[in-house]
Amino acid sequence: MTLKKFAVTFALGSIALLTAGARVSTAQSHVNSPDPLLGTPSVATETSQVNGLTGHAEEGKHQYRRFCIGCHGPDGNGQGMNAQWIDPQPRDFTEATFKCRSTPTGTLPTDEDLFNAITRGFVTTNMPSWRPLNPQQRADLVAFIKTWSPRWAKEKPGAVLNIPPETAVTIESILHGRELFQKLECWKCHGPEGHADGPSASTLTDSKGNPIKPFNFSTGERFMCGDSNRDLYRIFMTGLDGSPMPSFADVIQPNDAWDLVHFLRTLQVALPNNQELTLWQSYKAAHGKDLKPIGPDSAGGAQ
Amino acid sequence: MRMKFFAALGFTVAMGSALMVFATPPPAGSGSITGKVTYTGTPMKMKPIDMSKEPSCAKQHATPITTENVATGQGNTLEWVVVYISAGDEGTTTPSQGVRYDQKGCQYLPHVLTMLAGQQLQIYNDDQTSHNIHPLAKVNQEWNKSQPPGSPPIDTKWDKPEFIAVKCNIHPWMHGYFAVLKTSHVSVTGEDGTFDIKGLAPGKYTVTAWQEQYGTKTQDVTVGAGAATANFVFTATPY
Repeated sequence: MTLKKFAVTFALGSIALLTAGARVSTAQSHVNSPDPLLGTPSVATETSQVNGLTGHAEEGKHQYRRFCIGCHGPDGNGQGMNAQWIDPQPRDFTEATFKCRSTPTGTLPTDEDLFNAITRGFVTTNMPSWRPLNPQQRADLVAFIKTWSPRWAKEKPGAVLNIPPETAVTIESILHGRELFQKLECWKCHGPEGHADGPSASTLTDSKGNPIKPFNFSTGERFMCGDSNRDLYRIFMTGLDGSPMPSFADVIQPNDAWDLVHFLRTLQVALPNNQELTLWQSYKAAHGKDLKPIGPDSAGGAQ
Repeated sequence: MRMKFFAALGFTVAMGSALMVFATPPPAGSGSITGKVTYTGTPMKMKPIDMSKEPSCAKQHATPITTENVATGQGNTLEWVVVYISAGDEGTTTPSQGVRYDQKGCQYLPHVLTMLAGQQLQIYNDDQTSHNIHPLAKVNQEWNKSQPPGSPPIDTKWDKPEFIAVKCNIHPWMHGYFAVLKTSHVSVTGEDGTFDIKGLAPGKYTVTAWQEQYGTKTQDVTVGAGAATANFVFTATPY
């Protein structure tokens, strides 16, 4: 072999190798390869199905590295660099416990639940809305988040809560909802007027032992899991896992739950265009004196 | 219609009893492990619980009950220690009978409830107030359910062995444990600190004692035909 011939062969070989190498690295970006910035996820790869989109963990990883790592951390355990300044603490994905679910307490949320959470953000926390990312990117993130816990490979999400059509907003509905608020002792944390000042409010901690406040209805603030009546229905029926808020799915009948929704709306005195509140205020103006106050001295509830 | 229902019921009961008769019992032995759990050092003081915010519960206790993280008895004994066979146990089948956990007087009864993984667990609210049962499971999946007075019992089970802390967020003093184990050879110490694990075939066993505040202690025990002895001593700290 002449020197010239060798050089040519070498060059051609190198090109071939480089091309092959490039192909290999492209292929590798489609598996969950070790990442210098990220810890090792517990599941190699995951996908998500949201509104006809298929999310891929290996794509979501890039979004996570860029947008999520600061708070949720390189190991997905909610201990990113910013976590120490954040209250409530960022979600620990390794536990696969999520607040906003359409599924029963103790079960995994659906992909759509996670997608909605990323899209909506949580108004009561540091988690912003990620609407600026396109739906495909958000679906990819859902898939990547699921690689942090082995539960996603072993368990299926729970059965989605069936929400019947909303009943009419009537004064009877609100009054019955008020009875439930007393009887189910919502006021013990949320307070008789929904000011988050019930007798147990100051003692609450989340499942990691960090202090946490109940929702204050009176400010008119949005709920953390969406702001429609259906969202409100879903919140108390499924509960917010990882927080003190329990599930009431076993103890409230579907239509009774709508009554409770209608009453809870009357507590949101600072919320504009609040039809439940308008109805309630006109009722209270006429019959307010006959109403037994909510709280420990009310004869209507369990003591 | 009614006859049909009773016939069906009768059939179900008959089938149930038949299953119970034919289910193979675990190979039981006559051996046992007995002993006492004590502490050295100074344990934390158990504080009386102020239930004045829940009068319906407060009036059920003539004298205020105390916290139970480190329940002690005369002679430095430790109560509510779960002593169980952690290795060497071959003969455990999940019993068809469930275990019962009560919320009474804003207290969990018993404070520590042992059960097998997969065994049915029924949780009752005997109080005139709402409770929420919030098992802070880490290995199993955590959940949190409201149970107003008069609700039916919550029927559930745990799939994996774990010591699960249970709390009620409405009554923050309420605190207990589910000890979910792989073995039915278990004994929980009484106030005198003694335990008695019965029905063991002769052989070598590893015995573990678990105390919610002080963790676990383990020792190997060889069981013959009679009673073998194992004592555990935990080091107590005042906080």
